[in-house]
Amino acid sequence: MSDTATTPRPVPLADQDSRLYWEAANRGTLLVQRCNACGKTQFYFRSLCHHCQSENLGTEPSKGLGSVASFSIVYRPPMNCFKPDLPYVVALVDVDEGFRFMTNIVNCDPASVHIGQRVRVLFQRIDGSEQMLPKMEPL
Amino acid sequence: MRVATKAIISGVHDTKVGALPESTCMSLHAQAGMGAIRDAGLQVGDIDGLLTAYSFTSPQIMLGAVAAEYIGLKPKVNASISMGGVTAGLMVAHAVALVKAGMCRHVLCLTGDNRLTGLGEKVQEALAQVGHQQYERPYGMSVASGFALAAQAYMHEFGMTHEHMAAVAVTLRASAAKHPNAHMKKPISMDDVRNSRMIASPLRMLDCCLVSDGGAAVIVSAGDVARDLPKTAIEILGVGEGHTHEHLFMAPSLVDFGCRESAAAALGQAGLSAGDVDSAHVYDCFTSTLLICLESMGFYDHGAAGEAALAGEFAIDGRFPVNTNGGLMSYGSSGAAGGMFHVVEAVRQLRHECGDRQVRNSSVALAHTLGGIFSAHCSIVMGRS
Repeated sequence: MSDTATTPRPVPLADQDSRLYWEAANRGTLLVQRCNACGKTQFYFRSLCHHCQSENLGTEPSKGLGSVASFSIVYRPPMNCFKPDLPYVVALVDVDEGFRFMTNIVNCDPASVHIGQRVRVLFQRIDGSEQMLPKMEPL
Repeated sequence: MRVATKAIISGVHDTKVGALPESTCMSLHAQAGMGAIRDAGLQVGDIDGLLTAYSFTSPQIMLGAVAAEYIGLKPKVNASISMGGVTAGLMVAHAVALVKAGMCRHVLCLTGDNRLTGLGEKVQEALAQVGHQQYERPYGMSVASGFALAAQAYMHEFGMTHEHMAAVAVTLRASAAKHPNAHMKKPISMDDVRNSRMIASPLRMLDCCLVSDGGAAVIVSAGDVARDLPKTAIEILGVGEGHTHEHLFMAPSLVDFGCRESAAAALGQAGLSAGDVDSAHVYDCFTSTLLICLESMGFYDHGAAGEAALAGEFAIDGRFPVNTNGGLMSYGSSGAAGGMFHVVEAVRQLRHECGDRQVRNSSVALAHTLGGIFSAHCSIVMGRS
């Protein structure tokens, strides 16, 4: 294994469950799936509601605001395509519409990130692809 | 075929661990399996059930069929379980069910992988398989950063500290030094851990488990064969599972996990409580993982396991010996075999054959395996029968 070998950045492969989510990301919208039967939101997009198993689901745009539930500053990446980003912040964010997702906290000093910090969504293009990826930055 | 009222562990074996460049995934399966069959005083033909796991270095659609073919086993029941790090525990749990249902007399639970030397160019590929393809991998999540997210939340909520985690690493290294086969025996200090390279905050290099080549096997048998065994039969008193999520963002809590349910179920089935356990052998993929599990499982109150680690309680002669072989941190970690090493060590402690690292008056032990990022848990309570 060569340290200098470049691996392409992982690009999400949209499927029939997630197509709307990733298309919305390309338009700059964090799309949420909400169950029309029980009223709860869920992350990620599925063919049924994981709370009540109803298949009557709708979508709505998230306001894109949330709080950091936890975070880690990564110094050793899983693939060398992430080396240019080091150190970068992987975080779990509780979005105000009632779901938690994994993201990166960007546009800040990694050392300033803390649990409970308010953040808002932004979209960054994945190098080598057309896909936009929802990330978060401090408010 | 008779229904068994009790299930026992009749034989165990672990191979050498560490860098074993002459090994293959299947040669490790064969060494572990034949070792366990000899340990139980059985013949190859006595094995009527085979449970296997999965391999990174030699992925197979039918690993159980490949292992049976390679060794020359003729099982009547054959299945492979693929649930990440929890798999070894699940294999033992399912073997207990097979024996108690009367479907098998002797189930060989067989694991092994040459993860350290066998992956070669596939390392990047294997690492890239970690996490959800759409919702985790694009963010650069590593296994370490996944467990780091839980560790960070736990530090915030319950005051776990870097010192607490370092004490785990130091204690387990000291225990590994007493095991003739451990992968890493060189003593380490608190400063060594504190000064080791940051991998994913708050986890440093010496907070992370090893990557090893190695294999391990356990034979679960019907209880009525106990009197015929060459070694002390170890009874499986209770098993329990806990499943809450796969991807960490779906975990119902970041500080309380399915090990609470799995340990409660296993201890409840055994009619025992946490205080009855003489030694615990808990999946320690990271120092923080061990502390969080011990608290969720009820061995310590929230925030107390770290202080116990600092006070030396987890040492072999401590108040509550934990991972007496050195664990995944220092003994070895070879895929599904990592969890099986814990089961093997628990059995050896209960048989009183651990020599320098023998826990005094050992009569009840708990082994615990974990898969994903605290996603799936299996606890097994064992005792001298």
